Amino acid sequence: MAVVTPSQVSRKVHKPQRVGATYYAFLLPVLVLFSLAITLPAIMGIFYSFTNSVGFGDYYFIGVINYIALFSDPTILGAYGFTIGFSLVTVAVVNVAAFLLAIGLTSRIRGKVALRALYVLPMVVSGIVIAYVFNFLFSNSLPELASALGIAPLEKSLLANPDLAWVAIVIVTAWQAIPSTILIYIAGILAIPSDVYEAAALDGASGARQLWSITVPLTAGYILINVIIGFKNFLNSYDIIVGLTNGGPGTSTTSIAMSIFNGFTNGDYSYQMANATIFFFIAIAIALLQLRVTRGKASV
Amino acid sequence: MTSQISLAPPSTGGERTPVNGDSAHPRARTRGERFNWPVTIALLVCTLAVLIPLYVTLTMAFKTTAQAVDGNAFSLPAPFSVDGFVQAWTLTDFPRSFAISIGVSVISVVGTIILSAFAAFAISRNWNRRFFRWSFYYLLAAIFLPFPVLALSQVKLTGLLHLDNPIGVAILHITFQLGFSVLLFTAFLRSIPEELEESARLDGASTAQVFWQLIFPLLAPMSATVGIFAFLASWNDFVMPSLITSNPALQTLPVLQQIFQTQFSNNYNVSFASYLMAMAPAIIVYLFTQRWVMSGVTQGAIK
Repeated sequence: MAVVTPSQVSRKVHKPQRVGATYYAFLLPVLVLFSLAITLPAIMGIFYSFTNSVGFGDYYFIGVINYIALFSDPTILGAYGFTIGFSLVTVAVVNVAAFLLAIGLTSRIRGKVALRALYVLPMVVSGIVIAYVFNFLFSNSLPELASALGIAPLEKSLLANPDLAWVAIVIVTAWQAIPSTILIYIAGILAIPSDVYEAAALDGASGARQLWSITVPLTAGYILINVIIGFKNFLNSYDIIVGLTNGGPGTSTTSIAMSIFNGFTNGDYSYQMANATIFFFIAIAIALLQLRVTRGKASV
Repeated sequence: MTSQISLAPPSTGGERTPVNGDSAHPRARTRGERFNWPVTIALLVCTLAVLIPLYVTLTMAFKTTAQAVDGNAFSLPAPFSVDGFVQAWTLTDFPRSFAISIGVSVISVVGTIILSAFAAFAISRNWNRRFFRWSFYYLLAAIFLPFPVLALSQVKLTGLLHLDNPIGVAILHITFQLGFSVLLFTAFLRSIPEELEESARLDGASTAQVFWQLIFPLLAPMSATVGIFAFLASWNDFVMPSLITSNPALQTLPVLQQIFQTQFSNNYNVSFASYLMAMAPAIIVYLFTQRWVMSGVTQGAIK
């Protein structure tokens, strides 16, 4: 179908253009797949959040009861508190570390290519697998090291301590998230025209001064993008937590994603759908923020 | 909304201090051949953070069970033993789970490249039409929708359609890659001059022929980036297979690590051998494709 003959090519000249059916045939599979796999589940989720469904069998509408219950559920509130707090801390840790590393990796260093390749490597390691590796380090090696050095608070596993287990999750999440953040910062730093630095050097600005007065302000857009992308990703944290604490001790490190996924096993399907719906609107808010920011610097 | 971020250079007032050699001068080229050694050394020291977990994985995997339980993660294997691999291989039925992981990844990579190249071609060549433009934004929404929001409904749907298996996982992997991939392809296609296609059409080629014979080969570098990201996302994914695939015997490698966690118990050499076999393929792919991985991250975030 839709063989475009040479004579049809001249249609470009005429005002009412016809789109070849082939173009629709190219786009349609993607639209259908996307609608079935993404849009339909999103609508279903919102629909079921107003019912008392347990995932199968009969159900009826119960209005906003699920939502009201959510806001007075200490487990859910705890999950939101933990996830948002953990995400904020991780965003700060990841961005400070990645920014400094990116500056190092763009300066006049020996073995630049190899070093960059090495720093990006953690990005390609499966989150749950590396979490199990760190789990061993935190629960076996670190306590042994701590008792050898006489650091009492760390002699017991970090992961078994309800007040400190989140630190372990921040460390492993940062380990995996720093590489892509570094890459975005490297792009930002390399986009600064070198004559800006030359002018600053002529004016006698020190290295630290150049960093603070040129590099940081001129990469502000990239910092903003990294903060938003990072925050959004950390809000979804799941597999690293499974590998480290599985939400414990108690529920001290249960993330929002974890509480939603438990909706099937715990039989509170529609309830967790309401949870997911709220999370959905948080995600949309962050997406809109991200769009505003990226559109602001789309010309770069 | 164009005024959020000013990229104009700020005034750089002058403290009259001499320019210091170890400045954070980012635009360093090798002119002058003077390397910044303090920064190089600091960066080398920091690589320990990357290397230690990988070193521990490697050495633990080659220890005997007796040596692995002594808790000293940093010692070298003595004696050197492949016992962990032998046990992990049979315990997790590695050949089968490896084949399933590869199968899911291959379907995901091929499906992502073809479907998103199709869509991006149609969209970029009909950008002046509302239907195609809106389709683009519609697909882009997937970048922003987190999986947890959709998970329970997707589990329900895949169950109904008898796709609660690796095929269903691969299909979902494709859909979650579509937004990012269509974005990359569309940006790239806009840079290909349409005159090329015009001349092919004058020679009588159909739209499909133009795509397969002209456009798709030109897309090769972008297909590499898209394909590598689809592979890494699919190979390393834990959440989707763990929720979607109902039969534990059909699970991918990352999920198996969780399923066998209790059975590994204190046989750390077995568990680390298993971890190593699960992470090695992605690391090997990365070693050969670093260039695409690095450029893909930047393009995906900034375009």
